[in-house]
Amino acid sequence: MELVFALVIGALTSSGVYLILRARTFPVVVGLTLLSYGVNLFLFSSGRLATGQQPIIGTAASYADPLPQALVLTAIVIGFAMTAFVVVLSLRNLADNEDDHVDGKQPYKSPAPEEEEEVTGK
Amino acid sequence: MNHWLTAPVLIPLLGGILQAFMGYAPISLRRTLALATTFLMLVSAIVLLIMANDGSYRIYAFGNWQPPFGIVLVLDRLAALMLVMTAVLALFCHVFSIGGADEGNRQFHGLFLFQLMGLNIAFLTGDLFNLFVAFEVLLIASYGLLMHGGGTVRTVPGLHYVVLNLIGSAVFLISVGMIYSVTGTLNMADLAVKVPQISGEGLSIVKAGGMMLLVVFGLKAAILPLCFWLPRAYSKATAPVAALFAVMTKVGIYAILRVYLLIFGDDAGKLANLGMDWLFPIALATLAMGVIGALGSGTLKTLVAWQVIISVGTLLAPIALGSEAGLSAALFYLLSTTWTVGGLFLVSELVANQRGSAKDRIITAPKMQSRTFLSVLFLVGAVAAAGLPPLSGFFGKVLILQSAEAGTEMAWLWSVLLTGSFLTVIAYSRAGSIVFWRTVDGHLNKPDPLNGRVSVAAGALTALAIAMVVLAGPIMAYTDATAAQLHNADAYIEILQTPMVGEDS
Repeated sequence: MELVFALVIGALTSSGVYLILRARTFPVVVGLTLLSYGVNLFLFSSGRLATGQQPIIGTAASYADPLPQALVLTAIVIGFAMTAFVVVLSLRNLADNEDDHVDGKQPYKSPAPEEEEEVTGK
Repeated sequence: MNHWLTAPVLIPLLGGILQAFMGYAPISLRRTLALATTFLMLVSAIVLLIMANDGSYRIYAFGNWQPPFGIVLVLDRLAALMLVMTAVLALFCHVFSIGGADEGNRQFHGLFLFQLMGLNIAFLTGDLFNLFVAFEVLLIASYGLLMHGGGTVRTVPGLHYVVLNLIGSAVFLISVGMIYSVTGTLNMADLAVKVPQISGEGLSIVKAGGMMLLVVFGLKAAILPLCFWLPRAYSKATAPVAALFAVMTKVGIYAILRVYLLIFGDDAGKLANLGMDWLFPIALATLAMGVIGALGSGTLKTLVAWQVIISVGTLLAPIALGSEAGLSAALFYLLSTTWTVGGLFLVSELVANQRGSAKDRIITAPKMQSRTFLSVLFLVGAVAAAGLPPLSGFFGKVLILQSAEAGTEMAWLWSVLLTGSFLTVIAYSRAGSIVFWRTVDGHLNKPDPLNGRVSVAAGALTALAIAMVVLAGPIMAYTDATAAQLHNADAYIEILQTPMVGEDS
């Protein structure tokens, strides 16, 4: 079980990191999601892997640690909200710049720096 | 148990919830309530500062759960200092924002207050996982604030900021998991007890976890390899938001202070002073990078944003050296630089509004309105930021220089800090003389005159540099006591012994 668990975490994290390094926002968002899955599983395993154990100390020889589950739950909720936000932000980036490149434009298409118009708070 | 400790968290929480439901209320009512909330928060922070000044630790255990089993808020001198620093900065930023910057987004005040709540939880919490939650609370509010304001210029810096911080959160969780898997606790006081006892194969896991934690805090604090997101994001943010963000990098520094002095401090056995030998060269490199960026910046706001990075380097160098005098000096400089940088962001915005299409770019333009007032504010801010006498930045830097003990580290610190300060003076004088003195003939659309709120906010925040010189004695006494308290980790550990049931003091 430990080996499979470790391989799953490793595969999720490495694909997540690979996708985060891509230049388009959609792979980056998917990469962040995969990375957070890997992290959540990792956090879950920090209380040691056990099956069929009680979550209470003292009633049995070994026990399942309940605290990492609480941590994972918190991390899942926060990660979900953040993913929703980054999806909206990526769409806004696409709409504003008419390009889903993470820098807003292709690097080779950057001629003279254009004037950035800013209207503050009006 | 002390219920006052929840006040800096509850006040902005309740105020923020109220704002969330009042999006369509008249703007004057929303502004009044929001400002009152920030003011109340400042009052509660000052009350906590007076309480913390007796040198004892006060805790608030949620649900009356005995630490380390429940989540605790812990108040000590450092936490109180950070609370007051944030509340003062926030009040002036808030006053500035009601001068017009809060229009265009009905939830600006709500986000602003939630941001303050996240900051206050981060300063008060005594639990590593709760620190993660606090970071997320303040980050998600900061994402919204960073995007505040019209136009499309903030989208790309905002996206970079969000993605970087999400990766940072993932790394934070991994390091928390690594530390928990060995120690079985995340309460900071309990960790300080458990970490020195670790031996065998657990040691390298906790060591790796501790170093990854330093990477996360380094990302928040914007130390060298992780600082390039900051100038673009901060210089594009609306002025009061950028000024409030001056405190965001200080959260990273606070976390480094808290975790590495308490958990990986001098008493941590094999893990004592983990990462501090890395931090010193990185801090100096950050300082050098900030100075290079400041010299090369094309707008006033970018210049001030690089000043944030300069101050991070200046702060972390004495912290990494670890002496008590250095810590006290760093805390003094922390107060000075946070307020000064906040004030400079506000002044840059006022300058940008008076210069038509030239905005805050460092180029010649027709003579601006209210030039005398703005140039005096910029002068005071620049003198304080660069560390010229007689303002507070000078005293902070002198104290930092004095705190270094003779040796190679002193040579490095003195040479980098002094050369950096000299080049910072050049950067500010270049920017100031081009923007304020060199004027060309030309037509300038008559801008709105400065209104009272923005002038008062920018002026008062900048004038704090002078106030800090007048009050330098009491402030120094407080930072000295804070540094002594931070170096005495045993007293912090005693909060584990606090009796819970039926106690109410």
